[in-house]
Amino acid sequence: MNNYKHNVLSIEKSVDGRRGIKYTPAKKSAEQYLPQNMLRKAAPKLPALSEFDTVRHFTNLSRLNVSLDTHFYPLGSCTMKYNPKAYEALASLDNFTSVHPYAPVDSVQGSLEIIYGLEELLKAITGLDAFTLQPSAGAHGEFTGALIAKAYHNFNKDKNRTEIIIPDTAHGTNPATAAMAGCTVVNIKSGSDGRVDLEELKKALSPKTALLMLTVPNTVGIFEKDIKEIAKLVHDNGSLLYMDGANLNALIGLVKPADLGIDIMHINLHKTLSTPHGGGGPGAGAVGVVKLLEDFLPLPRVACDGKKYKMMTKNKKSIGSVKTFYGNISIILRAYCYLRQFDTNTLKTIAENSILNANYVREGLRNAFPAFFDMVCMHECVLTLNKEKMPSVKTLDIAKRLLDLGFHAPTIYFPLIVPEAMMIEPCETEGKDSIDIFLGAMTQIYEEAVANPELLLKAPQNCPVKRIDEVSAAREPNLRW
Amino acid sequence: MFNANTKTNQEEMLKKIGVSSIKDLLKDIPGDILYPQYNLPQALTEADLLRSVKTTAAKNKPLSNYIGAGIYEHFVPSAVNAISSRGEFLTAYTPYQAEASQGTLQAIYEYQSCICALFDMDVSNASHYDGATAMAEAVSAAARIKNKKKVLFTSALNPEYRDVLRTYFAGNDLVKFQEVKIKDGITDLEDLKANLADAAAFILPTPNFFGCIEDAEAISKIVKENGALLIAHVNPISLGVLATPGSYNADFAVAEGQSLGNAMNFGGPGLGIFTCKKEYVRYVPGRICGIAKDADGKRAFVLTLQAREQHIRRERASSNICSNQALCALNAAIYLTLLGPEGIKEVAQVNIENAHILKEKITSLEGYSLKFDKPFFNEFVIKCPVPAAKIIKAMAKKGISAGYDLGEVSKDMKDCLLICVTETKTAADLDNFLNALRGI
Amino acid sequence: MYDQEKSKFAKSHEWAFIEGDTATVGISDHAQHEISDIVFIELPKVGDKVEAGKRAAVIESVKSASDFYAPVSGEVVEINTAITADPSIVNKSSHGDGWFFKIKMSNPSEAGSLMSFEDYKATI
Repeated sequence: MNNYKHNVLSIEKSVDGRRGIKYTPAKKSAEQYLPQNMLRKAAPKLPALSEFDTVRHFTNLSRLNVSLDTHFYPLGSCTMKYNPKAYEALASLDNFTSVHPYAPVDSVQGSLEIIYGLEELLKAITGLDAFTLQPSAGAHGEFTGALIAKAYHNFNKDKNRTEIIIPDTAHGTNPATAAMAGCTVVNIKSGSDGRVDLEELKKALSPKTALLMLTVPNTVGIFEKDIKEIAKLVHDNGSLLYMDGANLNALIGLVKPADLGIDIMHINLHKTLSTPHGGGGPGAGAVGVVKLLEDFLPLPRVACDGKKYKMMTKNKKSIGSVKTFYGNISIILRAYCYLRQFDTNTLKTIAENSILNANYVREGLRNAFPAFFDMVCMHECVLTLNKEKMPSVKTLDIAKRLLDLGFHAPTIYFPLIVPEAMMIEPCETEGKDSIDIFLGAMTQIYEEAVANPELLLKAPQNCPVKRIDEVSAAREPNLRW
Repeated sequence: MFNANTKTNQEEMLKKIGVSSIKDLLKDIPGDILYPQYNLPQALTEADLLRSVKTTAAKNKPLSNYIGAGIYEHFVPSAVNAISSRGEFLTAYTPYQAEASQGTLQAIYEYQSCICALFDMDVSNASHYDGATAMAEAVSAAARIKNKKKVLFTSALNPEYRDVLRTYFAGNDLVKFQEVKIKDGITDLEDLKANLADAAAFILPTPNFFGCIEDAEAISKIVKENGALLIAHVNPISLGVLATPGSYNADFAVAEGQSLGNAMNFGGPGLGIFTCKKEYVRYVPGRICGIAKDADGKRAFVLTLQAREQHIRRERASSNICSNQALCALNAAIYLTLLGPEGIKEVAQVNIENAHILKEKITSLEGYSLKFDKPFFNEFVIKCPVPAAKIIKAMAKKGISAGYDLGEVSKDMKDCLLICVTETKTAADLDNFLNALRGI
Repeated sequence: MYDQEKSKFAKSHEWAFIEGDTATVGISDHAQHEISDIVFIELPKVGDKVEAGKRAAVIESVKSASDFYAPVSGEVVEINTAITADPSIVNKSSHGDGWFFKIKMSNPSEAGSLMSFEDYKATI
């Protein structure tokens, strides 16, 4: 029997005196070691539960989630691909998890080999010359990249380069990153095909331009076919070209970003390189650069003299550290494992199948939900609503109805330039059979939207909760017990 | 390797799309750069991969660890990883679709609540990358709240944190850091007073990098009298017994939360704990989960106050953070639930006792003394008769990682060893340490 | 209360209701409708100097963060704390209880460059 009520908090299940773990107690109390005024006055309001209570509580919570292991999860721009289980086993090996970052270097050669090894693999797949694995996430990588660009211009006594050009299709992290790095954002409008408008770019470029941040393929899922010309314009202007690698899954094995003229890029290891998303993290945002920029990378870096690995902690040109220690090592390890399972013949099948799947979805939904830009897409497609056929229905309603039918929803209302956007990224790890079921569900929702929109407006009905009122939550925030 | 489509699938799909090959879908990519050669090693099967990476793992030789300095070795109860490795938690993403993510959302809410309870603070976010980046965000918030640039820290702030702060604010004009002197291992209150004029905030790590517990209450009073904000940095386990940031009126309290149910993992992932007073909630970066009601009026959980965040505010957002350390925060929530109010006190007491026992043992040896005679939690500085580096090397040969060489921080401290002892060490371990040290 | 017919409007959807050298300001009914459920408002402080066309307040809904630009320049002499406590008032009554703040105008002639309600209606 499971009489679990889904929204009861652990603290509400608390039974005074219960414990989930016991330690061999200290012989003397804290007062005997420390002055009274330095001690805590009252016990914290934590739940008092047994180990069994705790396991059951959190296990039941987990069952309220839609996840990749349980559901088709076509969340655009997030690359929800299968996370292989072997990597979990390897990442939990004691020898990896139980070493301290300051342990003597001879005792951590295995971990250093993994860091160094992943850097080498990333260099091979991107064509770039050097990598740092320190950043913890994509946005953290962007910040690192922007600082590298600034440091480079400063080093060249080119201190007035304080502007970063960003297309209007960009993720919100790009402009926020530019602001954090102390730069001014220059937004440029996309052309009618969703790509960078070269004339707009030319107008925006100036002696103040430090960097152009470009997502390739862009967030509409379209490849910037003028990328080489864009790179030339940027470089001729003395500026640098940054690639937001959030969408690298569309290019891996097909194109080396260095061949596009990219100077700096980040790779979300939790996207393209299959490390689990963990409900929001930890991820990792490796940053790669061309030779010219290598010295500006964060410290420390791992070096190898052929036999032994060691940490390099000094370089006057470096931007410094963007976090403590060397990076999210357990994530780095999983990404290393992933790339070791491919070679030059098989690497391209990742992008090929992700592109094939996205175009199959786009074509399969042509009549129900048209693509906003009607052309071949890369690894994801951006669809919109036919408002004439379903005037009262919004994309949000489609998303909620999909939850009812047993799918995670696509990314919605992004990119901002597409009205009622639905961004669908099926990933290569899904096959035609599961996509066909998804297409069936979407087609059903289309028919419901036309004939019985009420059904959608009331969705979801089959989830653990009905539709949530976000307004009341924001007006009167209740953020803790 | 992990592609699901068979050759037949692919043909059917291409036909439906109306092209004859996958290459037809790649026409936008300049032909001269399409399909390059990759210099990759031979692809490994799962069995080969397991063999190969286990061989690499064997090149790590974990020692009996007495280093802290920002990352701490604590016992992780088996239930923590058993729960958080469930695919439903591990392979979900940020809970954008709240109705389909109530598990993750309620867990975040419980994490926020446990952290607020432990810290005695009003608000916690869903986590940051690590303690140092959480501190950088608190500094940024304080500077904006006060509309002042000067932010103070002492030379007893973890050097890794100082590096990160410097990097975070090198590019912009938001903050200027100024260092306050220390005296006998803790903040020099006179120097603090002398520097506080026109400061936005003072960063107070306690215990500080040298393990010394600061007189937080006195410092807080001085900081507040001068109109500045107090940003505390604490060791979360220590709060089982030590006075809380809330009790000494901290405005922001941040921490490295790795010690709460997460392994050392060679320094990452960490868990950036970020808390503050209620009045500063709009300055909090990153995700926050709140309670809401669903259409039936039932309690539900949802990401809230999102208008602060980068996906809405774009260049006007105060931070670009998007991904956080949700799984590490889940580990912390499970850990604190297992320990409860009694367990957290018990483990903190064991840390204090073990550290004090080892300190007694070491200082009983000739030539070894306590560098700073101040109250400490689980970390302390020993002044050695020989350079610390030499001791570390000799102890490593005996399977012990003896501590952190403070010569890395200051030339004046080449003979100083920062030693950390947690509940993971038994009485026999501590005897071993002493015997090994005696032999040097 | 602050009759929209008698108010002056900025292109960015703020209104100013002018009495002597004091302007009471707020957002138009159209704007509150577009923003939809307002969850948070940050107002300037009494005594702050605001400048015509520059950001003076922030309005948040669940899905957006919008800037409020001062329609005229001057000193803030009174703020409506009722709307910071309960922002939904602005959705209910953008020209009444949902006013934002009052400005003692430093340059009353600026009001001349604002639109009449009729002209404003034509722009939306």
